[in-house]
Amino acid sequence: MNAPHAPYIGQSIKRKEDQRFLTGGGTYTDDVAVANQTHAYFLRSPHAHAKIRSIDLNKAKAAPGVVAIFTGDDLAAAKVGGLPCGWLITDVNGQPMKEPPHPCLAQDKVRHVGDQVAVVIAETLNLAKDAAELIEVDYEILPAVVSAADARKPGVAVVHDSAPDNTCYVWSIGTQDTVDKAFASAKHVTTLEFANNRLIPNAIEPRAALAQYARGDDSYTLHVTSQNPHVERLLMTAFVLGLPEHKVRVIAPDVGGGFGSKIFLYAEETVIVWASKRVNRPIKWTAERSESFLTDAHGRDHVTKAELALDKNGKFLAMRVHTTANMGAYLSTFASCVPTILYATLLAGQYTTPAIYCEVTAVFTNTAPVDAYRGAGRPEATYVVERLVETAAREMGISPADLRRRNFITQFPYQTPVALCYDTGNYDATLTEAMKLADVAGFEARRKQAADRGKLRGLGYSTYIEACGLAPSNIAGALGARAGLFEAGEIRFHPTGSVTVFTGSHSHGQGHETTFAQVVADKLGIPVENVDVVHGDTGRIPFGMGTYGSRSIAVGGSAIMKAIDKIIDKGKKIAAHLLEASDDNIEFRDGVFTVAGTDRKKTIAEVAFAAYVPHNYPLDKLEPGLNETAFYDPANFTYPAGSHICEVEIDPQTGSTKVVNFTAVDDFGNVINPMIVEGQVHGGLAQGIGQALLEGCIYDAASGQLLTGSYMDYAMPRADDFPSFKVDTKVTACTHNPLGVKGCGEAGAIGAPAAVINAVTDALNIKDIAMPATSEKVWRALNSKGKKTK
Amino acid sequence: MHAFDYQRPATLKDAAAFLKKNENARVLSGGQSLIPTLKMRLAQTPALVDINAIEELRVVKLEAAMLTLGAGLRHSEVATSKEVLIGIPALARVAAGIGDRQVRNMGTLGGALANNDPAADYPAAVLGLGATVHTNRRSIAADKFFTGLYETALKPGEIITSVQFPLPKRAAYIKFKNPASRFALVGVFVSEGAGVVRVAVTGAGNAGVFRVKDMEKKLGEKFAPESIAKSKVAPDKLNADLHASAEYRSHLITVLAQRAVAAALS
Repeated sequence: MNAPHAPYIGQSIKRKEDQRFLTGGGTYTDDVAVANQTHAYFLRSPHAHAKIRSIDLNKAKAAPGVVAIFTGDDLAAAKVGGLPCGWLITDVNGQPMKEPPHPCLAQDKVRHVGDQVAVVIAETLNLAKDAAELIEVDYEILPAVVSAADARKPGVAVVHDSAPDNTCYVWSIGTQDTVDKAFASAKHVTTLEFANNRLIPNAIEPRAALAQYARGDDSYTLHVTSQNPHVERLLMTAFVLGLPEHKVRVIAPDVGGGFGSKIFLYAEETVIVWASKRVNRPIKWTAERSESFLTDAHGRDHVTKAELALDKNGKFLAMRVHTTANMGAYLSTFASCVPTILYATLLAGQYTTPAIYCEVTAVFTNTAPVDAYRGAGRPEATYVVERLVETAAREMGISPADLRRRNFITQFPYQTPVALCYDTGNYDATLTEAMKLADVAGFEARRKQAADRGKLRGLGYSTYIEACGLAPSNIAGALGARAGLFEAGEIRFHPTGSVTVFTGSHSHGQGHETTFAQVVADKLGIPVENVDVVHGDTGRIPFGMGTYGSRSIAVGGSAIMKAIDKIIDKGKKIAAHLLEASDDNIEFRDGVFTVAGTDRKKTIAEVAFAAYVPHNYPLDKLEPGLNETAFYDPANFTYPAGSHICEVEIDPQTGSTKVVNFTAVDDFGNVINPMIVEGQVHGGLAQGIGQALLEGCIYDAASGQLLTGSYMDYAMPRADDFPSFKVDTKVTACTHNPLGVKGCGEAGAIGAPAAVINAVTDALNIKDIAMPATSEKVWRALNSKGKKTK
Repeated sequence: MHAFDYQRPATLKDAAAFLKKNENARVLSGGQSLIPTLKMRLAQTPALVDINAIEELRVVKLEAAMLTLGAGLRHSEVATSKEVLIGIPALARVAAGIGDRQVRNMGTLGGALANNDPAADYPAAVLGLGATVHTNRRSIAADKFFTGLYETALKPGEIITSVQFPLPKRAAYIKFKNPASRFALVGVFVSEGAGVVRVAVTGAGNAGVFRVKDMEKKLGEKFAPESIAKSKVAPDKLNADLHASAEYRSHLITVLAQRAVAAALS
């Protein structure tokens, strides 16, 4: 195959990074080894809830190879702070949410299985583990509470004394009176009560960190599995360790997946940064998979009652939602905004529902912290909306596609009753295309053929919307964000015409090194091979807010576009000088500056050379060099949307459910690299279908032990759990960013669960089934239905 | 992993001698269960006796009425062995369905039987075919070999050498996989030999693999799926965990046993 050439945008260029990933050439945090490094092992609580009466380190400290052991008392004595929460939620009474301390090593009490109790630093990992076995902790075991539904019941365990009813906040959006009135006058009301099952993120690379202290200049370097190294540094230095920000360099090298779980500042990396100065040696820590299960921030875990009011024609009149969200034992970095700002604001979905009220109660439990996980609030919102809509359609005898079309938003911009303003979209277009691809017309015939084979077929829709491209900083700030949500980018031309791009976005599977290079090569008219993208290093990149919420191309890409504009502007001035023309007369196209209406021209490489070897250069008016930095703060969220259609076949004898067709037609705005987008959709669908049929994190209600603590018990989806997905896109370009892009990273995980459960309930002809819809649950649903009809 | 001594004897005699001297030593065969538990510090041993170099454990012999397989054969070898495919194709399919490719390339027949995981596949085949387990000391009938969860009739220091399977007229194994581990949530092995029908169930019993005598009797009268449509294993004998209740496992046994019979007939 010939090398691809401009225009690069819109081409499925093979990923530049795959050569190193597929040949073992990646550099992940655990691959980084430095001289004299020590190894950390964290002793973790075996109990869900216990007082620490005492910790005896004597035997452990005397064990071979031990360098140091620290506990919560050491951190307290050194005035190391707790881990902060980055988003303040103000409750229904105008009071701030409860923010109990989140110590990096437990102080007095442990609050979930896996809570860090002590860190052993030793010459080898095995010696650290040997020593940890010699630490004697005297626990007074306390009763535990693990479920959101139980957390506020009288008499249950109290996780934090400062929140005696285990309540972090009660928050609401919308006007309750208006909504209640609409319900009172409704022709039909659909009600559902369900849980959005708790998930464990399971990035392929476990969390890891390497902390190095340099005595020479009193500085630190931290390699860490982070989706946002600058935010990691800001939170760690300013809020926990009290270090000057410029003395800490955070590098997030190749990172093997995050799905949100690597956004957050965790205790382990914070402790080893602090300890690296105490022991004056580098410290390496890599989580084992069991630790990932126990301590990576989990996702979802809502209990919800949702109601939809409709008039006689199926027009939506109002929606009322009450949700209890499990925060776990401590507030993780963005935990508080997930079930509020990222959830309730999406309840309008793709519809013109005029009145929406949502009340969210966030609770503490003796479980791992819960925070953003692929989609973060938006999958939960979509599940609420799309389960309600499909159920209402069945109850009213209207086809699910038709009911959706009767309520689709068709005029843009559209202000929803829950704060967001959608800039653009065409929901009928994605639904129509998805129905065609999924061959909905042929479904009844397939259902009959399946019935002839003794199988049950079902079809389910999910027409989702998400708010991505987080976020206009001023709006986020008004909603409680304690940080900005812009992005930074830098374009550095080298004297010989190649380009290095520095981005505050972070790629941990998204393929930015390719996508961003395509954008830059396209806009600057240079070969894509001449563009390299650097990310994940506070020492090299101006600033960055990182990658989450499908924001990289929409916000990070826009920052790069702004930097490109600056490069072209300056290039025009240089070219004007070289060509002895006025700035206004210079046009730039396909990498060439031309004097308008003539054939006099300079390539951008020639201009770059002139900028760095300024022998013939307007030094009186212009600085040498061709290196531009830009910061971009978005004007609005972006609103990717789409239609998912799932077709399942169920074996009624065993209850086993097979997804036989899955179609996703998404509108991500303009697409830079269709192959990468399709890959992102595939991954999201796998996680969304996984949530619906397979995955479920379970804590034992009595002991608080994590029962699904390994792949023996936590059902991760595998390739053979899925059919070949049918994926396509429709485009309405985003109206407020320069590339017209919306983001694609989370869509699959957001749309899929409702489509799957809608299909399963269709096949079984039942109203609801809990996720994950395991074979036993399906079998029981069939059995209890049989009994009812008798 | 805690430190341990490591031995790799070339003969059964040397292995046995070492085990006799080191009472708490563990035998390492394919290591697909033992090594992870050691790595996770869930088990500890002063010494490992690696029997992978012992040629005597690698026999494959197909005779008129009998198939003999060495305990050291990997699952992938059993799955693709010409002798097994000719003699007891159902057994080859059992081996082909164990774990994943990596597990099948390391795990061994003897190791799987000695470990007797209550959700493992091989115990169902060995019990369902009425095989005989040979050790370096004696022969043990399958019916006497599996004694409980992870428990067998093996004495300390005793090593499985081979397994002898009588050739059935027909046989089949149907596994309903645990979606997480892909071990058997319930697996049923059915065989019909000369005047003998055996039905063995793995994954479900609260004491490990077991036979379903009622089904065997009914299938003995007529080897057809409908013969056992109403035959149930009482849930109180069955395992309940977060993946399946005892009632559901009981239901699955009947469904899968019928499917196994149908598969054996087809």
